[in-house]
Amino acid sequence: MKPRPGFRLTAESRALGIEAKGVLRAHKWWLLRRTTQVCVILIFALSPVGGYWIARGDFASSRILGLVSFSDPYIFLQTLAAGAAPVGAALTGALLVGLLYLVVGGRAYCSWVCPVNVVTDAAHWLREKLGVTRDRKLDRRTRLWILLATFLAAFGSSAVAWEFVNPVSLLQRGLIFGMGLGWAVILAVFLLDFAITRRGWCGHLCPVGAFYGLIGKVSLTRVSAARREDCTNCGACFNVCPEPHVITPALKGEGTRLVLSGDCVNCGGCIDVCPVDVFEMASRARLLNERRDAAQLSGS
Amino acid sequence: MAVRPSPSRRDVLADGVKAGGVACVAALALAAHVEEAQQAKAASAIRPPGALKEPEFLAACVRCGLCVNACPYDTLRLAEWAEDAPLGTPYFIAREIPCHMCPDVPCAKACPTGALDRNIAGIRQADMGVAVLVGHETCLNYKGMTCSICHRVCPIRNEAITLEAQVIRGRKMLIPVVHSDRCTGCGMCEKHCVIGHAAIRVLPRALGLGGGGRNPAGRAS
Repeated sequence: MKPRPGFRLTAESRALGIEAKGVLRAHKWWLLRRTTQVCVILIFALSPVGGYWIARGDFASSRILGLVSFSDPYIFLQTLAAGAAPVGAALTGALLVGLLYLVVGGRAYCSWVCPVNVVTDAAHWLREKLGVTRDRKLDRRTRLWILLATFLAAFGSSAVAWEFVNPVSLLQRGLIFGMGLGWAVILAVFLLDFAITRRGWCGHLCPVGAFYGLIGKVSLTRVSAARREDCTNCGACFNVCPEPHVITPALKGEGTRLVLSGDCVNCGGCIDVCPVDVFEMASRARLLNERRDAAQLSGS
Repeated sequence: MAVRPSPSRRDVLADGVKAGGVACVAALALAAHVEEAQQAKAASAIRPPGALKEPEFLAACVRCGLCVNACPYDTLRLAEWAEDAPLGTPYFIAREIPCHMCPDVPCAKACPTGALDRNIAGIRQADMGVAVLVGHETCLNYKGMTCSICHRVCPIRNEAITLEAQVIRGRKMLIPVVHSDRCTGCGMCEKHCVIGHAAIRVLPRALGLGGGGRNPAGRAS
């Protein structure tokens, strides 16, 4: 991509999209998910609003409008590994949240809810603007091994071990209940992503993302490269995408147009930046249609 | 995109062993950190009423803060980084805001995981810790005055703390005595102790009471 003269606030990868569709439409999904991220935190942090509790608790476990209980399935599973009994609101809450992400896409948690995503996106933005190129290579699968390690540690120590350090829990809880020195940990995550490894935390290390990625392998909402014939090979989608490897099979492959990798965070960045609107949000159910169409083609 | 050659069995095995090693080391490091945090911090953290014993508590608590939100007196807080309890777990500092002993124990009722026992019969069954008169040289009653503020503010009046007449070095004194079978560790006494650093403090039971069998180190010869 050609660097443009002068400083612009928007990411370089969005330039073509902005040119073709205007600033607003080239940030549609970005605006939606940033709004969601801020609102989710605010609903917790500002409650009680005028004496009324919209949401109690935090992301680990909460009670919404005094009616529904939500619990983080990953933290809940850690308590089970630590030997706690599966009881009460946490069990049903974890099932409910698991179900929710089965519908909206596993790692939609990462890009639509998790506040660390704002930190790492900011680090990536700054990295791009300052032209930092240092990129210490890590294996993307490292996060899966860390995920396994968190369960082993919970089992071995009989405590919810990862939650003694988890930056994701630390930030969301900190924003809701008070942060203290926890900012130091968040700064470390920022610096990792800014100066050491491109998309280091969310893309390589975070076991929370790895867990939701496993849900994403079977979740319903998926991005589709529906009009991939129109692709101009501008590379904007690969540049904006936090997990670029997920795009290739859908955009350049012969098979399904759906982005099926659990690593996809459903952020809609590719939809925003594509100047010719190749991508759209879709449902996994299209797999069935694609199969039927393929069968008809080969049958006729 | 170039098609990667499929890895040989040896590569797969070597990668697997490496990754498994990383996972084990990470798990060990984390477990060691947890162990250390428990030993260093459990001693000073006073848990909400109905809390399970510390090891079981740390297995069950998801650090959601529902108990904190349920407390009408803002007593409870979630530990921030480098505070006196494991990160994110609920505790309170009696000297700042003690437990006001709500009869219906709303904090325990709010717990989604059973880390706090929602079926606790009543607040008087709570065992948050036990008050201990640690300042035998600073307590005003030990100096012969009749401050007795701890006795007066105790919500389990005349049961958890009684005033006992004692003669010490020839002087008659009224000494506050804590009865651990009645004391819930609410910390009202610690909160109201009039001297600069409280002479009476809530401690976790094992720390505050001692006892329990023989000294495993044996007797000094």
